[in-house]
Amino acid sequence: MFKPVQLFADWLVYGLFGLGRDTLAGSSVNFFVFDTIKISLLLAGIIFAVSIIRTFLPPSRIREIILKKSRFSGHLWAAALGIITPFCTCSAIPLFLGFIQTGIPLGVTFSFLVASPMINEVALIMLFGMFGFKIAAYYALSGFIIAVVSGLIIGRLNLEHLLEGFDPSKKIQNISFGAEMPWGERFAFAREYTWDILKTVWPYVLAGIGIGAWIHGYVPENFLARWAGADKWYAVPLATLVGVPLYSNAAGVIPLVSALTEKGVALGTTLAFMMAVTGLSLPEFLILRRVMKVKLLLVFFGIVGAGIMFTGFLFNAIVK
Amino acid sequence: MKKIQVLGMGCAKCNKLYAAAEAAAKELGLPYEMEKIDDISRITEMGVMMTPALAVNGKVKFSARIPANDELKKIIQVAD
Repeated sequence: MFKPVQLFADWLVYGLFGLGRDTLAGSSVNFFVFDTIKISLLLAGIIFAVSIIRTFLPPSRIREIILKKSRFSGHLWAAALGIITPFCTCSAIPLFLGFIQTGIPLGVTFSFLVASPMINEVALIMLFGMFGFKIAAYYALSGFIIAVVSGLIIGRLNLEHLLEGFDPSKKIQNISFGAEMPWGERFAFAREYTWDILKTVWPYVLAGIGIGAWIHGYVPENFLARWAGADKWYAVPLATLVGVPLYSNAAGVIPLVSALTEKGVALGTTLAFMMAVTGLSLPEFLILRRVMKVKLLLVFFGIVGAGIMFTGFLFNAIVK
Repeated sequence: MKKIQVLGMGCAKCNKLYAAAEAAAKELGLPYEMEKIDDISRITEMGVMMTPALAVNGKVKFSARIPANDELKKIIQVAD
């Protein structure tokens, strides 16, 4: 599918720039040009498509769908719909309250709240572009299971008394737009949204791919295996802890991580790191603090963190 | 008099929408009043789950986006 892009990269780097095919500089620059174009095309195309789908599923519609489901399938639907809902920390609170105040159980709301940032289209596209389909699918599936299971556990713990700062019984107005939107507006929305995302992520993508290309060309194979190979028990927890504060750089982190994996970091460790970057973040913690007690936040972070580490260990154990 | 309300809890995009909406209203040349709604219980009461959102005279027009200037003008103009 990306054959023309490779031909272009070859022509540009080996032809126009005159770099040798077998030189380090040549292969690094070629890698950089190819990946940058490939990732940009994927990002633009897929974000646009997802944005069109989104115009059919505004949060009020998602809320209606989840409300109609039984307790257990509610978790599955919440996690699934969380995937296509964009997550921004500034919208986390209104979304959270909008769910709780219309009677969606706390646990189901958490399934949504875990899936939404962790499995987002930018992370998935980058994983697909840099690691291939299999890894992106592993990532999405593990994230989905973590979201469902964390929500189920939180629901079982009956922690509703740990909510604060709002009145959960207050009735709220149900408004809905998007359902009768004409196609022209859907396209305008998708174009706007795609452009907006690309504008924000491109410096990270370029920097990430640049550093990745450098590592790809210049760092010796298996250089990192000594410290972060599959047999190092501390690699997964460490990767999770380091990942949490890196929220805003998810787009740049993936190309970097892809290069690190190539140099010997185990796959489970990589997945744990990625999930910690996207799924748990300090800004999210601070903003959610306005509607829940610290204890509930710690339970939430604890359960999701444990799920991430479990996934990391599991993949390190089974994928050789 | 149109009361233009921007809903959001102070994130960068909310401020951007506020500025864009005010610019659009000014260009239209009709009497208007700007209001910033950053109280979370008011935001959820109005049914908004994605910020920033814009309401005119208490009616929510859109959420989770920042439309271009001419679309904003149209929205403000036809709102009653």
